[in-house]
Amino acid sequence: MSDLDSNQNRRSFLKYLLSTSIVGFFASVLYPIVSYLNPPKQNEVEVSTVLAGKISDFEKDSGKIIRFGNKPVLVIRTEKDEFKALSAVCTHLDCTVQYKKEMGLIWCACHNGKYDLTGKNVSGPPPRPLEVYQINKQGENIFVSKKA
Amino acid sequence: MKKIIKNFYDYLDERLHLEDLVHFMGKKYVPVHSHSLWYYFGGVSLFFFIVQVITGILLLFYYKAGPDLAFESIQYIMSKVQFGWLIRSVHGWAANLFILSAVIHMFSVYFEKAYRKPRELTWISGMLMLFLGMGFGFSGYLLPWNELSFFATKVGSDIAGAVPIIGEPMKILMRGGPDVTGATLSRLFGFHVALFPGIFTVVLGIHLLLIQRQGISEPMHFEQLDKKEKKTMPFFPNFLLRDLLLWLVMLNVLAILAVFFPAELGHKADAFGSAPEGIKPEWYFLFMFQSLKYLPAHILFIEGEVLGILLFGAAFALWLIVPFWDRKTARGEQNKLITYIGIFVIIFIIVLTILGWVA
Ligand code: FES
Repeated sequence: MSDLDSNQNRRSFLKYLLSTSIVGFFASVLYPIVSYLNPPKQNEVEVSTVLAGKISDFEKDSGKIIRFGNKPVLVIRTEKDEFKALSAVCTHLDCTVQYKKEMGLIWCACHNGKYDLTGKNVSGPPPRPLEVYQINKQGENIFVSKKA
Repeated sequence: MKKIIKNFYDYLDERLHLEDLVHFMGKKYVPVHSHSLWYYFGGVSLFFFIVQVITGILLLFYYKAGPDLAFESIQYIMSKVQFGWLIRSVHGWAANLFILSAVIHMFSVYFEKAYRKPRELTWISGMLMLFLGMGFGFSGYLLPWNELSFFATKVGSDIAGAVPIIGEPMKILMRGGPDVTGATLSRLFGFHVALFPGIFTVVLGIHLLLIQRQGISEPMHFEQLDKKEKKTMPFFPNFLLRDLLLWLVMLNVLAILAVFFPAELGHKADAFGSAPEGIKPEWYFLFMFQSLKYLPAHILFIEGEVLGILLFGAAFALWLIVPFWDRKTARGEQNKLITYIGIFVIIFIIVLTILGWVA
């Protein structure tokens, strides 16, 4: 092997070494940063049943938002004195819906989305129906739970 | 007195060679022609940026980020702190005026085709600052933590989340979790007062450096004139003084707007309350927002909104790299197509903004 050849070899080896260590350097700096930015998973309190309140807390023909874990759930007492519970998170873009008594519908103010009382999306942009929750009455108390 | 100034100047000159700088400034000329007016909007945008830095720092002295503190601290600024209402209103108004003048500046550069070689990088850096400006607007909007801003941020980040593949991680990154919570407030606060200002300052430095280095762009018809026919004005002091005068006018406009239309605060955000009526994004997002509304739920196999977002993304990307695909202007020829596209875009934006406004 001539001197020139070995020189070339050494040079390309050094180049290789340099470039891999640059890549390695950036990876070892970026990895912790990216991981840091990724928020830790909250231990979601798995709730299955929540006490919504007493029957007398709900006026006839009105709705109220309760906390179900960390999600809002809309509890409605209808004109006919039925209780209903639905997810209050609009399926369009995440706003929180409300019961509109003048329309007898569930209404999302953000983009005028409407759902009927079974949660079906009936007009406006929402693409899917609202998730329905189960209502259990125990004496005076109203319990809301996830549908199995 | 004069002697002291002279001595001080000599002291600096000896160490920094100010001679060169003075010579450079003396050689700078601004072309004078029928479109000269547009040259001022870059400077006006710079002025509003400076106002934002100053008022932003002032607000920081009292503002506290956090779902239990943010709204209350702004209430405190507005009601207790002397001139707090003024500082906050000026910050809000200057933000809007900054975007407005930056947009005017951008369109004037576009129509004059001043982005052509050799100023491609100036164009790109300017566009980056415009995007950053929108980021400032979006992140700053949430900071008062009121109902409107809470739901607008929910909607805005949910739209970003609809982008295929990168959307979901982007949404989590922005929200600091799956939902808009106090974590979102901390993050957007960090973006608003640290990350974005840092990047913006660097890009602004590059932008200004390029302008100093290359001089002010001449319109194409002006460029072809004889050297003797070109009317110019010295940058220093003529142009600079006019610029400063305009800054003074803008300061007055700002003061009038802030005093007669002060910023509002509304009701505190409640994650377990229903969305109020009148959720609207800032006016400069309105045209995109409104166009998304007109798309049907499904177009072929793809969701209408997703398609809309992708189309806007592609349009912005094309706009950003216009110096590289507008080959005709680069060759020094007239490119009418570019002008037509620009006119179409302006009409589109104005019409949809108005539709979104009255909706
Ligand atoms: S978020 Fe409910 S209609 Fe858009």
